[in-house]
Amino acid sequence: MVLDDPGVRSPQGRTDAPWRHDAKREDLQHIGKPIRKVDARSKVSGLTRFADDLSLPRMLHMKLLRSTVAHAEIVRIDTAKAAALPGVKGILTGRDMPIPFGILPVSQDEHALCPDRVRFVGDPVVAIAATEEEIAWNACRLVEVEYRELRTIGGVHEAAANPEPRLHDYGVRGNIHRLENLEFGDLADGFARAAHTREDTFFFEGNTHLPMEQHATLAHFDKDGKLTVWSSTQTPHYLHKALARVLHPLPAHHIRVVACPNGGGFGGKSDPFNHEIAAAKMSMLTGRPVKIALTREEVFFCHRGRHPVLMRSRIGVTKTGRITALDFHSFLDGGAYGSYGTASTFYTGALQTVTYAVENYHFRGARFFTNKAPCGPKRGHGTPQPRFALEVQLDKIACDLGLDPAQMRLDNLAPRDSLTANFLRIGSMGLGTCIEKVVAGSGWKQRRGKLGRQPNGKYRGLGLACSSYLSGAGLPIYWNGMPHSGVQLKLDRSGLVTAFCGSTDIGQGSDSVLGWIIGEVLGIDPLGIKVVTSDTDLTPVDLGSYSSRVTVMTGNAAMQAAERARDIVAAGVAAKLSVPAGRLVFADGRVFDSEEPQKGMTWQEAVCAAEARHGTIGTVGSYSPPPAAAKFRGGGVGPSPSYSYSAAVVEVEVDIETGVYTVPKVWMAHDIGRALNAAVAMGQIEGSVYMGLGEAMMEEMAYRDRVHKGNRIFVHKIPSLLEYKSPVTFDMPEVVTYVVEDPDKNGPFGAKEVGQGPLLPMMPAVANAIFDAVGVRVDEIPVSFEKVHAALLAKQAGKEARFGPDNGPEGIPAVDFGDSLKIKTPWQGGDGTAWNEPKREKKAAK
Amino acid sequence: MTEPGKVLATFSVNGEPHEVAFAPHKTLLEVLREELNLTGTKHGCELGECGACTVQIGGTPVLSCLVLAVDAVGKEIRTVEGLANGPELSPLQHAFADLGAAQCGYCTPGVLMAADALLRDNQRPTRDEIKECLAGNLCRCTGYIKIFEAVELAAARCRGEQAEPRRESIHGS
Repeated sequence: MVLDDPGVRSPQGRTDAPWRHDAKREDLQHIGKPIRKVDARSKVSGLTRFADDLSLPRMLHMKLLRSTVAHAEIVRIDTAKAAALPGVKGILTGRDMPIPFGILPVSQDEHALCPDRVRFVGDPVVAIAATEEEIAWNACRLVEVEYRELRTIGGVHEAAANPEPRLHDYGVRGNIHRLENLEFGDLADGFARAAHTREDTFFFEGNTHLPMEQHATLAHFDKDGKLTVWSSTQTPHYLHKALARVLHPLPAHHIRVVACPNGGGFGGKSDPFNHEIAAAKMSMLTGRPVKIALTREEVFFCHRGRHPVLMRSRIGVTKTGRITALDFHSFLDGGAYGSYGTASTFYTGALQTVTYAVENYHFRGARFFTNKAPCGPKRGHGTPQPRFALEVQLDKIACDLGLDPAQMRLDNLAPRDSLTANFLRIGSMGLGTCIEKVVAGSGWKQRRGKLGRQPNGKYRGLGLACSSYLSGAGLPIYWNGMPHSGVQLKLDRSGLVTAFCGSTDIGQGSDSVLGWIIGEVLGIDPLGIKVVTSDTDLTPVDLGSYSSRVTVMTGNAAMQAAERARDIVAAGVAAKLSVPAGRLVFADGRVFDSEEPQKGMTWQEAVCAAEARHGTIGTVGSYSPPPAAAKFRGGGVGPSPSYSYSAAVVEVEVDIETGVYTVPKVWMAHDIGRALNAAVAMGQIEGSVYMGLGEAMMEEMAYRDRVHKGNRIFVHKIPSLLEYKSPVTFDMPEVVTYVVEDPDKNGPFGAKEVGQGPLLPMMPAVANAIFDAVGVRVDEIPVSFEKVHAALLAKQAGKEARFGPDNGPEGIPAVDFGDSLKIKTPWQGGDGTAWNEPKREKKAAK
Repeated sequence: MTEPGKVLATFSVNGEPHEVAFAPHKTLLEVLREELNLTGTKHGCELGECGACTVQIGGTPVLSCLVLAVDAVGKEIRTVEGLANGPELSPLQHAFADLGAAQCGYCTPGVLMAADALLRDNQRPTRDEIKECLAGNLCRCTGYIKIFEAVELAAARCRGEQAEPRRESIHGS
């Protein structure tokens, strides 16, 4: 319906900007307040139902037999003994699900069960369902699998040197999955104008998400031929697509995916997984509900965590520290499958330019296949590794030139409302404020470099680092012209507002974001709004909880749906009260005349008045990000509606004898645009500090390179919560948090992301603080105690006071990246295309 | 008659008796979740490493994944479902809800059961005492800070103080 009077007023006042990013804080009733999350009560009562909390009558339990070798052809599978075990009801092998799948259209390289080849220890081979979990386990042990082992590939150097045997028959060549080579501006000129140049090699070891909830899936193929899959997934829409693909010819509209609340995700539940598809197929085979709950060891096999990345960075600066050129190489150890790896590769080169104005920039990235659990997106997706390298290198530059690292960064800030060298569009930009906050709070100017030896004999130091992250990816994972997020509202005569949305709450509070925004627009209690999310039968598509996209994208869709609902209700109330709709105010659960506030009605009466006039009330809202400025191949990774900014100062205390150190205090400032809920935003920042600290100090996805029967196998060194070290309560430092609000016009009420950005500066800030304390560089993550100790020993022996990868030319694999795509920067008059790019066939949007 | 290989026993859970037939090698965690459908108690490792399965036996926090169910027979077991007083949340639960100390909520039941036991013995726990009490509970979401603050807030409220969260813990410095 079209309303002729859109000028509805509310306490916050309607602005011309549709998303009211600049609303004054005091004019907002719910936004910014520390109101509870919509699911707070159920979460503190044990009533939230996670996937493994569900069960159905006649449910079978499924287990997967996984590969015990790292790389092999499957010669023979004999399941006869397992099938004969009483209680076994169904057995599947790769032959039953021959269609491959994968999260990205360009890497459909996984199977629900390996049909003919296993690529890492843990690759699933056989699925068995039985009446009891133990029977399924025992049956798996009775399966005989004969393997013909192949040479294994253990890391980037080995993958580069050994094109054969190829893990996959696609990719660039040999075991190179992806090669990217993008050149923005004139590097030779940039370096020629540099007064100082540095070249350093860094390594960032892989690590994993370690969500407290182990993945679980319950699948039920009912007697009407419809399939329902409840799962711990961050991306129900993509799981739905993968199921429809592999279970062909089951029609997509006969498949329902319900994403249960995730017990932590951090990116680790963003891929469609083999166990999800196998459970669905098993339910179709047996005609019974089938559940699989992964063990902790299997969660390590699912992985999709942080890529180990080797990096070489060459940077040129003027004598005052202004960056004139950056030449960056990254080498990603991708593990056995593609996963999000194509995007991960680009992300190792995308966001360096968003914090600091880099005049000329050359990025080369390579991703390799290796015989280890597949890597993918973990909080920060591909950007923490290069951020570590860049921020440590800038610290070294400042040291070389005798500059204050904080001031040097302030002098280099990328301008707000600008295009970067690689055509990312920056909107609001609060990094300068963030730096100023942490510098002031930590006493940086007085204390840096001066803390030194403490009365307890240990050495203290301060380190600073900055970062930026996207508020959602500008492009969907599969090419299409549809919105990224949709919200439907239903207004009931009881006054109940129900919001339907495909977004998935993984603990970050996305269900509550819907409530807060809709409550603000309609002037009703957010906790009274019913939120129905992540159910592909009931809710409009939202692409999922990844890339920090939900607050901005779901939020904008919710805002649009709510504004439309408000217009309808306003028209109904205006007619009934004979007041112009433009004079109506929506607040405190009432709709009333701003000039005569007593003239009005309750929200429920208002809904009824509107329904009497217009019929049943339902509205929709949707959101698509603005088009990207980058038009070159590869320019699709990096654009975002807005960028968040963070700055951190970390204080360390180091025992110079042992290298053991603690982190007593952290100052973290984060530009969130606007905090939709103060307390929940704080929780995201503190959680990021925690996870970043874990990555900085201890977390690593390390493998044991063992020889078994003459063949190398890569088994996890640490597939348990005990051995995979993560920070406990005593490791958590005091954190001083600054919430910086620089509202962005693309965000609902100006909001930007908060879930990932504040993790990023932690790792380089820790490394920089170690240097400030004891004068040694650890150019490798994690900065574990033994590495600090090794660097201290090197320093004592008069060698380079450093621990890290080989800084020489042998340190990185020899890879021919071919010719670069050459793109003129905006200040060279570039239009976002590569001037030497071969013509591409235009894909039509579906 | 009990099924062969199973034992029949009565558990006292949250003040109510429950008669269950179960295999004697089952853990208390398995019996609570799978036989009694008390799924509020979670599992993260089933090896005693994460604390997600913490319940109270006789008021003491224990890891239910490491307790054989047969050893819990005849003892008073308390789970997260027994924390609220009817429809009214306990002060600890309120404080967790107010501060957003439960993000994904998966570790929360175990954390609540450990912290609840602490607050019963210690009305004014220091930050270090809270850290020690919760050192065996892993949380990947919160960085523990909102959890510490919620325990402190609940302790103050239990002492009868009109306590509200500190401004810095809600809005930052």
